[in-house]
Amino acid sequence: MYPFSFTKAAGTREALEAGRRGGRYIAGGTTLVDLMRETVERPRTLVDISALPMREVTDTARGGLRIGALVRMAEAAAHPKVRTLYPVISQALELSASAQLRNMATIGGNIMQRTRCAYFRDVTAACNKREPGSGCAALQGYNRTHAILGTSDHCVATHPSDVAVAFAALEASVHLLGPDGERSVPFADFLLQPGDTPNREQALRPGELITAVEIPPHPGPLKSGYMKVRDRQSYEFALTSAAVALHVRGGVIRQAKIAVGGVGTVPWRLPAVERRLTGRRPSDALWAEAAEGAAEGARPLTHNRFKVELLKRTVERQLRIVGGTK
Amino acid sequence: MSPQPQAAVGAPLSRVEGRLKVTGQAKYAAEHDIDGVVHAVVVDSSVARGRIAGIDARAALTQPGVLKVITHLDAPRLAYRDNPVSLAPRGGRRLRVFQDDRVQFFGQPVAVVVATTLEAAQHAADLVEITYDAEKSSTDLAGSPADEPQTYARGNAEQALGSAGVRLEMSYRLSRNHHNPMEPHATIARWDGDRLRVWDKTQWVIGVQHELAAVFGIPAESVRVISPFVGGAFGSALRTWPHVIIAALAAREVGRPVKLALTRRQMYFSVGYRPAYEYKLRLGSDRRGRVTAMVHELKHETSRYERFWEANLVLGQMLYAVPNVSQSVRTVPLDVSTPLWMRGPGYSSAAFCIESAMDDLAYELGIDPIELRLRNEPNEDPSNGRPFSTRRLRECFRVGAREFGWHRRNPTPRSTRDGDWLIGTGVATGCYDVWRGQAQAYARIDADGTAVVESATHDAGPGTYTSMTQVAADALGLEARHVEFRLGDSTMPPAPPQGASQTMASVGSAVQDTCDKLRKQAIKLAVEDEGSPLHGVDADDVVVSGGRLQVKGDRARGETYQQLLARNNGTHLVARGSYNPPQESRFSMYGYAAMFAEVAVDARLGLVRVRRMLGVYDAGRIISPKLADSQAIGGMVGGIGMALLEHTVTDHRDGRIVNANLADYLVPVNADIPDLKAIYLDGRDDEADPIGVKSLGELVQIGVAPAIANAVFHATGRRVRDLPITAEALL
Ligand SMILES: Cc1cc2nc3c(=O)[nH]c(=O)nc-3n(C[C@H](O)[C@H](O)[C@H](O)COP(=O)(O)OP(=O)(O)OC[C@H]3O[C@@H](n4cnc5c(N)ncnc54)[C@H](O)[C@@H]3O)c2cc1C
Repeated sequence: MYPFSFTKAAGTREALEAGRRGGRYIAGGTTLVDLMRETVERPRTLVDISALPMREVTDTARGGLRIGALVRMAEAAAHPKVRTLYPVISQALELSASAQLRNMATIGGNIMQRTRCAYFRDVTAACNKREPGSGCAALQGYNRTHAILGTSDHCVATHPSDVAVAFAALEASVHLLGPDGERSVPFADFLLQPGDTPNREQALRPGELITAVEIPPHPGPLKSGYMKVRDRQSYEFALTSAAVALHVRGGVIRQAKIAVGGVGTVPWRLPAVERRLTGRRPSDALWAEAAEGAAEGARPLTHNRFKVELLKRTVERQLRIVGGTK
Repeated sequence: MSPQPQAAVGAPLSRVEGRLKVTGQAKYAAEHDIDGVVHAVVVDSSVARGRIAGIDARAALTQPGVLKVITHLDAPRLAYRDNPVSLAPRGGRRLRVFQDDRVQFFGQPVAVVVATTLEAAQHAADLVEITYDAEKSSTDLAGSPADEPQTYARGNAEQALGSAGVRLEMSYRLSRNHHNPMEPHATIARWDGDRLRVWDKTQWVIGVQHELAAVFGIPAESVRVISPFVGGAFGSALRTWPHVIIAALAAREVGRPVKLALTRRQMYFSVGYRPAYEYKLRLGSDRRGRVTAMVHELKHETSRYERFWEANLVLGQMLYAVPNVSQSVRTVPLDVSTPLWMRGPGYSSAAFCIESAMDDLAYELGIDPIELRLRNEPNEDPSNGRPFSTRRLRECFRVGAREFGWHRRNPTPRSTRDGDWLIGTGVATGCYDVWRGQAQAYARIDADGTAVVESATHDAGPGTYTSMTQVAADALGLEARHVEFRLGDSTMPPAPPQGASQTMASVGSAVQDTCDKLRKQAIKLAVEDEGSPLHGVDADDVVVSGGRLQVKGDRARGETYQQLLARNNGTHLVARGSYNPPQESRFSMYGYAAMFAEVAVDARLGLVRVRRMLGVYDAGRIISPKLADSQAIGGMVGGIGMALLEHTVTDHRDGRIVNANLADYLVPVNADIPDLKAIYLDGRDDEADPIGVKSLGELVQIGVAPAIANAVFHATGRRVRDLPITAEALL
């Protein structure tokens, strides 16, 4: 670990000021500290933001939900509103990490977490994300857990967050506060695909603070859920995952929101699948037909070819679990 | 057999050191408080093969608190004498730390930084710049040239195969596995003049003592090794690895005690692993399921500097009554570190292949897999004609089948469903040698009627403190709580390594012998003492129970140890005893297991989840049922890992271990191990050793993986011959 200084911000203004001077925010510390130990991250100054007033889940005027950036994963998952309105969020959170981690980790930190690519985390390996221009060891290396969607020749790492997949499906937005004031960024624009700058991961300006994630209102009733496929039963990142939210009225699917995880460099929306579902009646045949398009555009690598088929089946299964039949 | 009543042995005693452990008072290697200790951090190579071209330690040396950076450029030449008291493969040249510029595997220690704080040492280690002249490395078992084979043959296997009614030919690939004990390897070393003392994580204090003596060229008596608690090892702590030498070297160079703990990542580099295997098996049988021939061709990885071996041919020779067997095993030298025995070594890998093949044969012939195994049960050891001391495998299967509900299963593959899940059950045999080694012990009864018993053995998890206490308590006629067993110090009477499941048989027998001697001494003192109520009684008629010496059949007549000692103005009585296993035995001695597994396989997603497992064991006398039960559960968990999850991944482009951490190297978590049950057959094996035990700790891991693979086949109709079995094989 490289030496660093540590300050605790008493309030938002102080935090922003420290951020402006290049300080690095730390919330639960569950992933930043790991990365510092591996010397992947070498911040000179840590700014503890845990005292900031961003710990609430509140209703928005428009009928949506606002989850403060410092709300713990466990708290968000257990929140009655989240549970009843957006089970997909609760499920994604509860299938993440471990109980201990969820008690420490925050929503802001979660969507900021960096890839689990083993080469990224091994400072002796080539990685364009960590060291631009050094190459991508994963491209021709061991890439079983890597992305098949949204990849580039410079980076094939997945974004590991589960709840980010749910946020992407629900078309959440990220509220930011920076030296230049507040702004809000659609979730789809917040996490960046690698392209030829894989070191740029979020649309965050220097010193900007995430204050909340906002879920917009959705027409009810909304049925939703999250499925995570992994080698072991618990405590592992996704091989594939699917967040599905369906609005069904009069026996017809009026709206479908689907995003998948474990397969993309960012949480991956599936508009083509959504289109195939909209206006149709739930049936096993429909699930299969729609899911067929889930891996469109996939570019599999040596060790992750199986993800193409696994992804389709994951989406098909989760459509059935959320939408019923069989 | 002992005349003493059995009281503590067989009782479900909780671990005697349990409280120390759960309250954090048990001191593991890195936790001993040593005055003036400083910290060492190892720098590892980032190439697998080549030479160190340059070392720049300037930045590291300017860090506050840094005392020294040691590399091959300035390390003293060490004696590295041959060491006969070692488990290193014979004929190899062990890795010599900082003695030259050669790099022989990725992660090899190439420098060590010593500093007054751990943080300073860690950071300085990051700042040491090392450049290499890297050479092309080869780390892939597949396609690399192999050494000359070792072979075994009986009958004429090729001919028998040619004329067999049924012939099967299979290839298996087993991944490399790492031991991954919870506690990282760690050493604290301190020199007092030319005497060296180390606190180490080890399964063999005597081995570490001799290796340190050999490396530093000092007498073994000058080295003392202390290791009272070990947080798991599974074999990884059987050798004295480079970091132990480095700690001692660093301590000598800086003139202060040095603590060195490996990081989790470093645990994948140079403390051994279960080697990757390629195993080809051809099998011939008649239509009634009598196996007539087996041809085994094995290959496994080893380092270029040591030719690792493990007992991977034994099962193929003795498990079934096969008249024609031919075997060859080749090591493949690679630019990797040397493997080391991991739970059930050799047997476990071989069992996966043999027991998967037997399952294939059962389905091929339409014979129940248990029935098929019973049809091939030998009456005597087919490899040497010796009678078995005890072999109750039939009984294991009978009891297991009943308990598991085996006969309710529909034998047709892919015939049982539960929603999205296909359900399958499978069986396999487990079997492991009864190893025994020379062991000694010391025992003392104090004036207060309590006893202390010692042996330089270890407790890496099996519960040795507890089981030895139980043996000693019965032999001394004391309650277990009045006996303290001590271990883990090379100055104690010597004991063998805690490996190959030999501790209970060897140290247990030595403890029994020692305590028998001590008890007899006390009895002799009493019957010859005119002041004793036992005066004049035939010593053979005296037993001791609850600390009281008394006449068999006339319990009223007797006295306690305290009374005896007080009257004889003694403060204590001591005895030394030992166990020396016979060189040759008339018997073939093994422990046996019948393993049952039920799995659910998601038919579309290819996920395998174990639903329940049952092991039924013929392991001789069970000293400590609670400990035996945890061993079995641990063995099943290890086997589930081997079957479904564990896989050390090497990037063969540069020999790097890709998943050198516990997030990417998967081991089972609680959710993966729902319902595990163990049954030990009641009994004892008096041919095996004086206390009637057989081996247990390895046995419980062997046969688990094939039982699961066989259940996967039954569930899905898919035979997977590569471990671990992951989704991609079943989609
Ligand atoms: C063993 C393990 C297993 C895990 N498994 C899963 C899993 O299965 N699924 C999953 O989704 N996640 C998983 N995680 C990741 C876990 O969810 C994250 O570590 C956690 O959510 C991060 O939150 P934190 O508050 O601890 O962030 P920190 O570690 O404090 O910070 C992480 C990053 O976010 C930045 N940051 C934090 N808050 C803000 C803010 N308000 N504004 C701007 N920047 C901010 C920090 O500067 C830092 O770069 C796992 C983690 C571990 C260690």
